[in-house]
Amino acid sequence: MGKRSAAIVALTEWAPKRVWDEPMFTMEACARLAAEVLADAEVDKGEVDGLVINGLRESPMFAPSALAEFLGVRSNFNEVVDLGGATPAGMVWRAAAAIEVGICETVLVFTPSVPAPPQPGANGGPMKMKMGAYMGGEVWGSPQGQFEIPAGLVAATPSFAMAASRYMAEYGVSEETLAKVAVDSRYNAQANPMAVFCGKPITVDDVMSSRYVADPLKLLEIVMPCYGGSAVLVTTAERAARCPHRPVYVSGYGEHLTHKSITYAPDIVDTPIRLAADRAFAMAGVSREAVDMASMYDCYTITVLLTIEDAGFCPKGQGGRFIDEHSLRYDGDWPLNTHGGQLGMGQAGLSGGMSHITEAVRQVQGRAGERQVPDCDIAYANGTGGMLAEQVALILEGA
Amino acid sequence: MVHFSSDGRPLPTPTPITAPYFDGLVKHRVVLQRCPRDGYFFYPRGRCPHCLGDDWEWGELSGRGTVYSFTVDRAGHDPALSSRIPFAIALVDLDEGPRLVGNMVDCDVADIAVGMAVEAAFEDVDETTLLGFRPAL
Repeated sequence: MGKRSAAIVALTEWAPKRVWDEPMFTMEACARLAAEVLADAEVDKGEVDGLVINGLRESPMFAPSALAEFLGVRSNFNEVVDLGGATPAGMVWRAAAAIEVGICETVLVFTPSVPAPPQPGANGGPMKMKMGAYMGGEVWGSPQGQFEIPAGLVAATPSFAMAASRYMAEYGVSEETLAKVAVDSRYNAQANPMAVFCGKPITVDDVMSSRYVADPLKLLEIVMPCYGGSAVLVTTAERAARCPHRPVYVSGYGEHLTHKSITYAPDIVDTPIRLAADRAFAMAGVSREAVDMASMYDCYTITVLLTIEDAGFCPKGQGGRFIDEHSLRYDGDWPLNTHGGQLGMGQAGLSGGMSHITEAVRQVQGRAGERQVPDCDIAYANGTGGMLAEQVALILEGA
Repeated sequence: MVHFSSDGRPLPTPTPITAPYFDGLVKHRVVLQRCPRDGYFFYPRGRCPHCLGDDWEWGELSGRGTVYSFTVDRAGHDPALSSRIPFAIALVDLDEGPRLVGNMVDCDVADIAVGMAVEAAFEDVDETTLLGFRPAL
């Protein structure tokens, strides 16, 4: 049996939006998220003694203490996690591990992703989510600034496109099969009113006829950047038993990374997902077959294919066949990203990565509504950061 | 670090450690560090990424290699390069071992394939030379 020391007991999540009309400082967003997640947990703020964040725009240094001060929390565990899209999953296991070793009991995990109020003197206008293409690689001494950026290897899509290109050459998968991932995600999004693409189903033909952005990836295989925000509460098993919702144990976890730029990935189609997932499944003592739903980071369709394989749900090279043979829909035989994934829901910054965890928690807690997977007790959730670089896998099990 | 060419293209700003590599490119040579135990490595750094040894020496490579993977940027992910689309970005395994990234030049993007043999193509931009690749003759 896997770990039973810490459980996710509650969540809050804001609907992703392409344009965010309610700008907020990060600290204000955290305060609102905290109030919401504590209400969902029926836990008093005074019980919180741990804070996990990615950073605070209003306090680039001393972020945890700035947040503790802002929220009025006396905190014993204070963590900044910097793992790109794997950050939320990395936050959750760090919180669970900190609880297990006994340094804290109740941890707020935050993934706000909202624009700040316009700064005096700065340009106003609609607040459309857009990440800088260089992602910090332009600083003095950065290898990326000297080798990748001059070659145009910036943002994320070209890197994932190269993984897809290599995969097609090495193992073979059709563009139609990759398109099916986007189509099934969109199907699931139709049952999620918070999804940006709710009300907009697509077909394989739609994906195939969307324009190439970076060969072989097409527009509808790529997430839509959004704003949003979410938080979860992680606490001891003992405290979790007194919360209104079914406790979701963080029963196994693993993390692995080897590189930042995809240029230096040891093998771009044998990803760090494999070692992270192997560790998580071994820790949880759970078989792949026991998983009731999977919540896989899906910045691109190819990411899902590689995750299905490297997380061990099928042999290497068989991911295309797996996708063809299974329905990845919430009412299908292999429910995946039942919230629509980020492909269907939108990628609200780090909250996009968190959406895979919040959805897994909803499913295990029986709170997924129309898209509820029957008898969902065990979920696999993961996060993929950077250029198939940072990788965190979680096994989440209902009490 | 990045600086920009007279026509707005992002260019590398060499550091004291990487300068010999970029100086080599200006002379249209591919020069990298070679560790006596682990062979050539990329990118230049003070210690070998395999053994952390610092007894490497600079050596010249053939510039020949194989396309490990590639993509064609059709959207201009770097707005500074949007006037150049479509252009191909390739990961190239040099014959001597290291993998690096560069643009494919002197060919139609439709003709690029994983596994194709390539050779170094030096592109002079202002005072800098960028390492790209073209199909090997």
